Amino acid sequence: MTEPAPIDALGSAASTQRPAEASDDGPTSGRRRPTARSSRLAGLVYLRQRLTMYLIVAFASVLVNFILPRFMPGDPATQMIRDITNRTGAPPSGYQTRMIKARYGDPERPVLLQFWDYISRLVQGDLGQSSQYYPIPVTELIGRALPWTLYLAIVSTILGWMIGTYLGARLGWRPGRRLDAILTPVSMFFSSIPAFWLGLLIVWYLAYSNGWFPNQGAYNNSLEIDFSDPDFYLSALYHGALPLVTLIIVGFARWLFSMRNMMITTVNEDYVQLARAKGLPENRIRNRYAARNALLPNFTGLAQSMGGALTAVILAETVFIYPGIGSLLTGAQAARDYPVMQGVMLMVIFASLLFNFIADSVYVLLDPRTREVT
Amino acid sequence: MLTRFLLIGKVQIGLAIIGLFTLTAILGPWFSRNVLEMTPQQVDYLHLNGGPPDSTHWLGTTSQGQDVLSWMLYGTRTSMLVGFASAVIGTFLTIVIGAWAGFAGGLIDRFLNGTILVFGNFPTFALLFIVAAAFQNANWVLVSIVIGGIEWAGGARQIRAQTMSLRGRDFTTALRTVGESRARIILVEVMPHLLGVISPMFLGLIAAGVNQQAALAFLGIGNPSEPSWGLMINWAMTQNALFRGLWWWFIPPGLALCLIGFATTMVNFGLDEITNPTLSSKRMKLMRIFLRDKARPASPTRQKEMATR
Repeated sequence: MTEPAPIDALGSAASTQRPAEASDDGPTSGRRRPTARSSRLAGLVYLRQRLTMYLIVAFASVLVNFILPRFMPGDPATQMIRDITNRTGAPPSGYQTRMIKARYGDPERPVLLQFWDYISRLVQGDLGQSSQYYPIPVTELIGRALPWTLYLAIVSTILGWMIGTYLGARLGWRPGRRLDAILTPVSMFFSSIPAFWLGLLIVWYLAYSNGWFPNQGAYNNSLEIDFSDPDFYLSALYHGALPLVTLIIVGFARWLFSMRNMMITTVNEDYVQLARAKGLPENRIRNRYAARNALLPNFTGLAQSMGGALTAVILAETVFIYPGIGSLLTGAQAARDYPVMQGVMLMVIFASLLFNFIADSVYVLLDPRTREVT
Repeated sequence: MLTRFLLIGKVQIGLAIIGLFTLTAILGPWFSRNVLEMTPQQVDYLHLNGGPPDSTHWLGTTSQGQDVLSWMLYGTRTSMLVGFASAVIGTFLTIVIGAWAGFAGGLIDRFLNGTILVFGNFPTFALLFIVAAAFQNANWVLVSIVIGGIEWAGGARQIRAQTMSLRGRDFTTALRTVGESRARIILVEVMPHLLGVISPMFLGLIAAGVNQQAALAFLGIGNPSEPSWGLMINWAMTQNALFRGLWWWFIPPGLALCLIGFATTMVNFGLDEITNPTLSSKRMKLMRIFLRDKARPASPTRQKEMATR
C-alpha cells in the first residue's frame, strides 16, 4: 500500500554496507574523511542492492504469471484451444494446435521445462497471442495502446506534480494561514476521490450532458494518425483534455501534502534563518533556500509514483474509452483473454520497477548524504 | 499514544465516518428488507427505465427498475466486509511477520525482511488484478484474501522496526532473564506498545481494501451477484447511465468511496501530528495566535485573553 520511504531504504542500505566498506579500507584507515572514490562507491552499492531487489520482484511476478493459469481448471493450452473454438466457431487446425501446445506448454511436458520455455520466450519479447483477436501477438496490441497511456500518465503526473509542489511550497511556507486552512482539507478530499469515478462525473457532465468535449477516443476518428498534421495534434489534445484534467485533480494533492510537510520542517532550519538575517527578499528565501531543499523527497517521489500513476490511468481510460492500455485490459477482462491480461500486467509491473530504479538513481545523484560514508 | 491519537479532532472525524459506514453495513440490509421492503434484485415495474429520486425510491432507480438505495445498503455490506476482512488478514500478516522478523534477528530476519521488501516493491494493483482475475466470479472472501495477502508489506516494515527497538529495551531483557517464553514476551509485553502503530494501520488497510475491491469490481472482476459500490459504478457505466443522465445511480457509490478515503487521510494526518510534532495543528493554532498578537499592539481585551490562556 505505502511505498517504502527512500530515506528508510537508504538507512538500511547504509547500515549493511558499512562493514564491507571498512574491510575494503583495511585496518589502517580508521576514521577518515570520505574521498570521491568511496563516496561514489557507496552510491553504487546502494543502487546495486536496489537493482537486485527489483530483479527479484520482476522474477516473482513472472513466476506468478506462469503459475496462475496452471492453477485454474484446465491447462492453458487446452483452455486456449477451447477459447479459439468458442471465438471462431471451429476448432483450430492440427498445425495450430501443435503451435499452441508449443507455445503454452504441452500438459505432458515437465513443469520446469515449460517454465524454461516460458522464460526464454519472454526474454525474446514474446508475450503470446491474444485469444480474443487470435492470432495477433500480445506485444503488438500493447505496442498500439502503450503510447496513449504513457502520454496520459507522464503529462498528468508532471503537471500534477508541478501544481501540487508549487501550492505545497506556498502553504508550507506559512502553515496555519487561511489559505492553508482551506486548501489542505479540500485537497485532502480531492486526493481520496477514485480516479475512475471522478472521470465518470466529468465525462457525464462535460461530454454527455453539455457536449463540450468528446466522450470517447484519443483523436478525431476521421483523421489519420499523422504526426506531421497539426490538426491531428489539436484533436489529440482536445480528446485528451478530460482524462488529463481528471488525473491531475486526483493526483496533485499528494504532492501538495508532502511538499507542505517538508516545507514546514525546513522553514525553521538555520540556513533559512541566516538568509532572513541577511535581509534577502522573502520570495527568494522561499524559492531558492527553503523550497529547493524541501524538494528532494518530491523529486524521488515523482519517478516512484509512475507505477501508481499507470494504475490510475488504466482505471480512468476505461471511463473515457481512451484507446490505451486500460481499455485493452478491460476488453481483455470482459473476453477472458488471459494472454493479453497477463502481458499488460507484466508490462505495468516492469514499467513501475524501472521507474522505481530511476527514482533511486536520481536520489543518489541529488542527495549528497547518500554519498557520505561515516 | 493511543489516547493521544484518539483525542485529535481529525482522527475523531475519520473514525466517525468509518464507524457510520460500519453501522450501515451491519444494519443496512435489514433496514432495506424491513423498512423499505425492497432488495437490490427486486424490480419495480412502474419505474423500469430509471426514475430520479422520489418518495418511494429515495435514491431513484436503475435502468432496470432496481432501487438504488437498497443497492447502496447491500453494497455497503459487501464493500465493508471486504475492507474489514482484508484488513484483518493484512494486519495479522503484518504483525506476525513484522514482529517475528524484528524479534528473531539473524538469518530469519534477513529472510523475512527480504520477503517484506519484495512484497513492498510490488505494484500492488497489478498483482492484485492478475491474481483476482485468475479466479472466475471470485466471491468476497476470495477477494479479501487476495487483497489482504498482498497489502501487508508496508506495515510490516514499521512493525519490524518498532519491535527491533523494543527488543533492546531493558524490560524485555529483564523478562528474558526471568525466563519468559518469547511468544509471551511478544504477545503480552511488547504488543501493547505496538498498538499505537497497529490501529491506524488497520484503518488504512480497511480503506485500501474497500478501494481495491471497488477498482476490481469496476473492472468487472468479482462476483456479479454480490452488490458492491464498484459493481454499481461498473453497471451504471456499461448500461448507459451516462448517456441517459441517470446520475443518481453512479454518484452515491463514488461519494461513499470518497468519504472512506477521506476518513483514512484524516486519520493518517492525525498520526503525522503525533509522530512529527512540527505538523501539530494545535501547535500551529498557538503559533497563529502568537503571530497575530505580535502583529497588533495588545489591546486591553487581548491582554485579558492572553492572561486566561
